[in-house]
Amino acid sequence: MTASLATVAYIGATILFILSLGGLANPETARRGNLFGMIGMAIAVIATVLSPRVTPAGYAWIVGALLVGGSIGLYAAKKVQMTQMPELVALMHSLVGLAACLVGFASYVDTSIVFATPAEKAIHEGEVYVGILIGAITFSGSVIAFGKLSGKIGGKPMLLPGRHWMNLVALLLVIWFGRAFLQAETMQAGMTPLLVMTVIALLFGIHMVMAIGGADMPVVVSMLNSYSGWAAAATGFMLGNDLLIVIGALVGSSGAILSYIMCRAMNRNFISVIAGGFGGGAPAPAGAGGAAQPAGEVTPISAVETAELLKEAKNVVIVPGYGMAVAQAQHVVCEITKILRAKGVNVRFGIHPVAGRMPGHMNVLLAEAKVPYDIVLEMDEINEDFPETDVSMVIGANDIVNPAAQEDPGSPIAGMPVLEVWKAKTSIVMKRSMASGYAGVDNPLFYKENNRMLFGDAKKMLDEVQAALNA
Amino acid sequence: MLIGVPLETAAGEKRVATVPDVVEKLVKLGFSVAVQSGAGAAANFDDETYRAAGAEVLATAAELWSRSDIVFKVRPPSLDEVGLMREGGSLVGFVWPAQNPELMQALAARKGTVLAIDALPRQLSRAQKMDALTSMAGVAGYRAVIEAANAFGRFFNGQITAAGKIPPAKVFIAGAGVAGLAAIGTAAGLGAIVRANDTRAEVADQVVSLGGEFVKVDYEEEGSGGGGYAKVMSEGFQQAQREMYAKQAREVDIVITTALIPGKPAPKLITAEMVRSMKPGSVIVDMAAEQGGNCELTEPGQSVVKHGVTIVGYTDLVSRLAKQSSTLYSNNLLRLTEELCKTKDGVINVNMEDDAIRGLTVIKDGTVTWPAPPLKLPAPAPKPAAVAAPPSKGHGHGAGEPMSAKSLAITFGVGALALLVVGLFAPASFLSHFTVFVLACFIGYMVIWNVTPSLHTPLMSVTNAISSIIAIGALIQIAPPLEGAGADRPNALILGMAVLALVLTAINMFGGFAVTRRMLAMFRK
Repeated sequence: MTASLATVAYIGATILFILSLGGLANPETARRGNLFGMIGMAIAVIATVLSPRVTPAGYAWIVGALLVGGSIGLYAAKKVQMTQMPELVALMHSLVGLAACLVGFASYVDTSIVFATPAEKAIHEGEVYVGILIGAITFSGSVIAFGKLSGKIGGKPMLLPGRHWMNLVALLLVIWFGRAFLQAETMQAGMTPLLVMTVIALLFGIHMVMAIGGADMPVVVSMLNSYSGWAAAATGFMLGNDLLIVIGALVGSSGAILSYIMCRAMNRNFISVIAGGFGGGAPAPAGAGGAAQPAGEVTPISAVETAELLKEAKNVVIVPGYGMAVAQAQHVVCEITKILRAKGVNVRFGIHPVAGRMPGHMNVLLAEAKVPYDIVLEMDEINEDFPETDVSMVIGANDIVNPAAQEDPGSPIAGMPVLEVWKAKTSIVMKRSMASGYAGVDNPLFYKENNRMLFGDAKKMLDEVQAALNA
Repeated sequence: MLIGVPLETAAGEKRVATVPDVVEKLVKLGFSVAVQSGAGAAANFDDETYRAAGAEVLATAAELWSRSDIVFKVRPPSLDEVGLMREGGSLVGFVWPAQNPELMQALAARKGTVLAIDALPRQLSRAQKMDALTSMAGVAGYRAVIEAANAFGRFFNGQITAAGKIPPAKVFIAGAGVAGLAAIGTAAGLGAIVRANDTRAEVADQVVSLGGEFVKVDYEEEGSGGGGYAKVMSEGFQQAQREMYAKQAREVDIVITTALIPGKPAPKLITAEMVRSMKPGSVIVDMAAEQGGNCELTEPGQSVVKHGVTIVGYTDLVSRLAKQSSTLYSNNLLRLTEELCKTKDGVINVNMEDDAIRGLTVIKDGTVTWPAPPLKLPAPAPKPAAVAAPPSKGHGHGAGEPMSAKSLAITFGVGALALLVVGLFAPASFLSHFTVFVLACFIGYMVIWNVTPSLHTPLMSVTNAISSIIAIGALIQIAPPLEGAGADRPNALILGMAVLALVLTAINMFGGFAVTRRMLAMFRK
């Protein structure tokens, strides 16, 4: 295969990747979109392998690496539970980050690349430097995000004193070492600043994600997604490969848009999420402590009574949250939905954009439990319908149904769009205890007259509700 | 602050403004409560129960009025009672400021604050929990049916018994306001055939939902007078309406009238002629008796028999169900108190910025503030769905509304500057890549906005899989064609790193696509 043929193949692959992302616009075309992605990737890899840039000496290595990596990947994809998707995605981002670092280092030590002018050499080295920087941040940040999502690291934000200054110093150091790196005469002289920068970038990635609270995880996951794309783009610049640049830019902007959507759904500024801690500068626990006292009385309800209410309702809206994922309750929810729909009850789901730990998390869980996607609605679609709803059932969600966001301008979550479950005739909140949500804000919903609390593990309680419905 | 609950002094009034259950809740809000001895007796709440609920029982009205910071009443106070009221104290209850100008003057002279529960802006949905007019009207509507059943000589429900067939009673209800609707529900619950009419066509659905049948007047005119009340109708309409009433009067056994127009005497719907046409033993309950009655033959406060028809004109229907109405009324006052005392520290704060509170407050610190300025909100918005449709569809193009000219100019300015800098310093080979990069960012931006939010997780996993395109970088490092220049190339090191990178990206590539496939296979209709 000639270099021109390879380039043409790359163009084909690029088009397939764009179609792949476009296909995700709705569930019907999404499967085809994924197929396009696979074909595009196959074309890109095969064209590269057959191109003059790879000699047959490397074929054995390539096949071996693809076999090893591929089988690990396929095994992981088969075994992972849908509730663990956020962890898996975070882990995979870290792989991309690490790969970008490795390719960057390899490119730097590769003496076979010749440059026409010193400027080109400087640009190449700059690209190497930036590529490794982004790759390292993506890697360490994703590893920490994985730890947080899988519960290996606590979800609370770790706020070091003067953390903004530390970040600023890190940035200045990175720039300073970058200068030293570019001015280095020999490769050996450049290696020290490059390694020091890599360490700083790794620490920065760790620190950045550690400072972000559990409720902000959807933003972090999509942000890391974006970074992994930029890392690919930087690698593309480094190697002079347009395919990498295009795909990196696609992935990067996709992650950036998702982060933006998530931030808007929480009425938060992107910077303040990344800077960490709820409410910006103030230490979060102290700020939340004052507001988080339980105020008023809650009315408990039993599983049997819940079943009665559901049976008598005409319109039911179920609002799932992270608690449903934790309790693995999506299958019972689906069973209850089926029973109620068979009785002629109009059951629908209301999904908040940031419900769960990654964008679209709840949709995947409900899809796994075979809930038809046309009754799973977005917040904007369903909010108008709450006044006509007889029963709204909140399963393991808190902040996303908190009326304080609308009613109390002093609340830390004021202005965040929420699902207005309290406008239904009766709302039922399933919760393990009266603890506040990730934002550490008390929820006035619990004390509303028309609200009932169903305390207990979501799975166990829903099993009882299902039993009562069948009885 | 001390809340005082006096014995109602109006003749025949059996209600009490606060029941023991509510006393407990007021105490929880931080208030102390004093009750005049015997205040709840007519509504079956004795002094002992009040004491047990945490209230102090005072012997005389004079003591109670002089000690209380806030007095909770049902009926408007008499001028004597106003005389007992303490200077600067507060009063909550029915006042009817339009009908009682002298009382208003006397109250204003006490330099206190008066909240008239009847002046509540009822169209605010937030105010519904405090709406005593509604809760009292509901009680009255229920009682009206009970009074009718009491005066009526037959069953309400139809029965087929061994002793013969009994036809169900036919009930006609004029006016489907709160009282009318309560009456419809009660009569239907007793098994009667219920028909109802109202000048406001939009209540037809409510009538049907309670088990009634809506009788239309054969004339086109809209009768909504704003604020949920009816207005005076045209002569043509009234003629058609009279014919319909005459027809109903001949057919039905029981007529319950609830028609009121604010600030005007009740409309005369049932003429003496119609009464004469009714079957002997029929019953008319005139709930508008206090405002002159909807029936020409009504004697307010009395139950009379004319032309063989019992005409009930009681003006104390609510008081005849004293325990129920007191409980509802005191709950209304409790909700009001909660609004006034959001801090739950036993001190009320009359916040004139709050539309509901502003409407209620007829005298504030001795200044007459009635009537309140009209509310800005249009009654029930006619078609909210049409208005609410376009904004923020979540994923259109960009942030929904177009950027302002200023921020657009700034964005373009910064962009142009950045491009200028790049153009000045970067070599040509970089620029071609840069072009590709910038265009790809835009394509990504355009494409991603169309992705439905429910597919955000598959989107992330597929973009993640695609980002393993970085494998290309590793591939071309594994075994490049070396031509002289790379004599000192550390082949083994590069090969090791490249192979490792390839393994990592392969995990990502295969795993990412496979898991996306798995997820997407689950999405089904």
